[in-house]
Amino acid sequence: MTATPSSARRSFRFPLVLQIEPRMDSPRWLALLVSVVAVLLALVMGAVVLALVGGNPFRAYAHIAGAAFGSLGVFSDTLVKATPLIFTGTACAVAFKMKLWNIGAEGQFFMGALGASIVILAGVVSEDASRLVTLAAMVVGGALFGAAWGFIPGILKARLRVNEIITTLMLNYISFALVNYFIFGVWSEGGFQMTRTFQRAAWLPRISDLADQFPIMRGLTTHAGFILAVGVAIIAWYILFRSLWGYEIRLIGDNPRAAKYAGIKITRNTVLILMLSGGIAGLGGMSEIAGVIHRLQGSISPGYGFTGIIIAWLAKLNPLLVIPVSILFGGLILAGREIQPSGIPRLIQGIILFMLIASEVFLRYHIRLVRRPA
Amino acid sequence: MDNLVEMRGITKRFPGVIANEDVDFELRHGEIHALLGENGAGKSTLMTVLAGLYRPEAGTILVRGNPVGFNSPRDAIDLGIGMIHQHFTLIESQTVTENILLGLDEPRFLMRLSHYDKQMAKIGEQYGLQVTPDVKIWQLSVGEQQRVEILKMLYRGVEVLIMDEPTSVLAPQEIEELFKTLRSMVEEGKSIVFISHKLNEVMTIADRITVLRQGRVTAAGIDPASTSKAELANLMVGRKVLFELEKTQREPGKVVLELQGVSADNDKRLPAMRGIDLKVRSGEIVGVAGVAGNGQSELGEVITGLRTCTGGRILVNGKEVTNRHARTSIDLGVAHIPEDRTHVGTAPNLSITDNVIMKKYREPPIARGTSLDRGAAQEMAQGLKSEYTILAPSVETPARNLSGGNLQRVILARELSSEPSLLIAMQPTRGLDVGAIEGVQQLLLEQREQGAAILLISEELEEIFTLSDRIVVIYEGEIVADGVEPDAEKVGLLMTGGSRSSSKERAA
Repeated sequence: MTATPSSARRSFRFPLVLQIEPRMDSPRWLALLVSVVAVLLALVMGAVVLALVGGNPFRAYAHIAGAAFGSLGVFSDTLVKATPLIFTGTACAVAFKMKLWNIGAEGQFFMGALGASIVILAGVVSEDASRLVTLAAMVVGGALFGAAWGFIPGILKARLRVNEIITTLMLNYISFALVNYFIFGVWSEGGFQMTRTFQRAAWLPRISDLADQFPIMRGLTTHAGFILAVGVAIIAWYILFRSLWGYEIRLIGDNPRAAKYAGIKITRNTVLILMLSGGIAGLGGMSEIAGVIHRLQGSISPGYGFTGIIIAWLAKLNPLLVIPVSILFGGLILAGREIQPSGIPRLIQGIILFMLIASEVFLRYHIRLVRRPA
Repeated sequence: MDNLVEMRGITKRFPGVIANEDVDFELRHGEIHALLGENGAGKSTLMTVLAGLYRPEAGTILVRGNPVGFNSPRDAIDLGIGMIHQHFTLIESQTVTENILLGLDEPRFLMRLSHYDKQMAKIGEQYGLQVTPDVKIWQLSVGEQQRVEILKMLYRGVEVLIMDEPTSVLAPQEIEELFKTLRSMVEEGKSIVFISHKLNEVMTIADRITVLRQGRVTAAGIDPASTSKAELANLMVGRKVLFELEKTQREPGKVVLELQGVSADNDKRLPAMRGIDLKVRSGEIVGVAGVAGNGQSELGEVITGLRTCTGGRILVNGKEVTNRHARTSIDLGVAHIPEDRTHVGTAPNLSITDNVIMKKYREPPIARGTSLDRGAAQEMAQGLKSEYTILAPSVETPARNLSGGNLQRVILARELSSEPSLLIAMQPTRGLDVGAIEGVQQLLLEQREQGAAILLISEELEEIFTLSDRIVVIYEGEIVADGVEPDAEKVGLLMTGGSRSSSKERAA
């Protein structure tokens, strides 16, 4: 007697089967455990790839760790790399929480840099203004230009239902061209594609500025932009999860029809959130040129705005989690300069992202391996 | 061998819940066997076990006397057992035929759709299922989509058809048609499991009834002729259910809601309301009777600011709310139990707390300046959770994990706790089981006692008759009768436009 109908169809059957059932609850410890295991598995998969291309995975990982977190000096450099990522990651998290797909953090970052530069180069503040006044003006300029670059897709989406993915993406290219116009033409320094170096008052203070008093701080490049970034992330977290406005944003993000039913103005929030998101990314651009580069030039970002999208997702759209994730990615970017082939850290980044996203299934479903019944 | 399917001692657990405990179920050849029980009684779980989707922790399944073990729905279908779920599994952008063929090994290479179209039409004809095989799913009504699901199962040669709450999405006429189909399928020798919590339907269609309560069988295979609605309700709920509600005499007070010649379009931009005049007074329940799609959904939406009017005025407590933002009516004390619980009434991924504060988050104590006081919000949610007996592990449980009845309680808790001056209750008991229906109706009567004006929009005539102080009938976007007697035949005739022809006759 053949009890199982399909035994005739397939002669051999594996004795174990996967049983997948929806999960009613997913406790917090499980989310943490699943994420940690996913990252570890990603590292194992990366190790396999490293071994296949003839490297020694243990040495490679040790080298990456050393190059990113091995000493105070490199850790400080890691934080420098993490700073713009915290800005762009937070910018994306804020917009994504309302299901507004801002792909334009890169462009808003460039516009922020442009806004901050205008403050210096168009003489909005005089060259001998104090550091505080100069930097405050740059912060305002950067945030305003970034917000303006968020306002355009925001108003188009709210009024005409134009897809923000397209507009934010396209505005990236416009912003690159705008910055190029200024550095090739208007502010070109002796024919090079860059502006003059800003006066010292426009430099964000660095830890190494204190090296005279504390010699241990010599050469530490971490600048005040990092503190600004962490502050912005904390404020963004507070707005999203502890304020009335954040409640509205989360409600719209989860179910816009319920939000409308609750009397929440969706169009206005669409514009405001894209402006906030753009403003935060713009601050990132300001922080980068005032803290690291000290002039406006073409290559101010290796794609921080796009990496911010990944970071926002890895942080599960929580601005507080954006900070550690950005530091991890900052480390990987830094290590990328040390490792040959230099694609390896990026490969690991990709595998980590892939694994973390795939691991979501374990939070939603109860998956067990059970014996196939007779 | 009388029993086509036998389930013995089935136990199925979910984390923290026992869905089925030691359940026996038998299905005879050529019968319609109703599986009756409240929401969450374990009816669907038991049948998903039979359909091969869930694996039970204990128990055996026999098909035609042979023990079987299913690893997937495919194994069950190979043995002739198929299930149609409450939420259809159709692909909207594909045609009927394409949907039916999906997942099968045929056609092997060339699509030859027209060949299959003919085959589908033939099977449909055989069972009285009218569908056009070459139209796309999105063009079909819900009732037609259900027919496609049935066809899909018939094409797979299913002998046992399990239908999970098949009538919950259907209009009354469609239910009649479905019943006809089911009967003709039984005549062709198929066997049907009919999952439902509606006593009337079960009494009409079933050959035998099995009742489940809290995962256990309370009555197995009883004959509907030898039982009564009251007895079945008792078996389902485990206590006596009052079919009569206590309602006090009450003089209506001042006019709270006034509609003057209000018109509006539906989602397809066709006129749905044509110059409606209506008044609802304080302490009065006005029931709107009508066949679905005659403008009653739009009526509820224009009052609550979710739809724009194309003409007329709407006043709440004498203040104009015509085409104002939803917040205007909320601030004037309009509560709204929406028709669509999951898509309009709640945010699925947010917690119960976040869902109950939806209308109150702008006021203290939940609002503290621009901040949200989570402590105060949780305290309020805790209070409402116990007051309205919302069954959930905690107030931080996401709304998507709640059952239909509990989700409705979340909405009721939120809307009724605001002590509204006007309540728009749209299909407030749809999809709920007997015990829950009673509770909801009691709550509506309490609101009436407290002086709220209530506009009740419901497709359940019985509900309108028991609750309403005044009944109006809506037909093709017009109020065709105001203040009719609670007489099913008369109202039914008005609902289907019968009075119009009769009034014409009188004129002639």
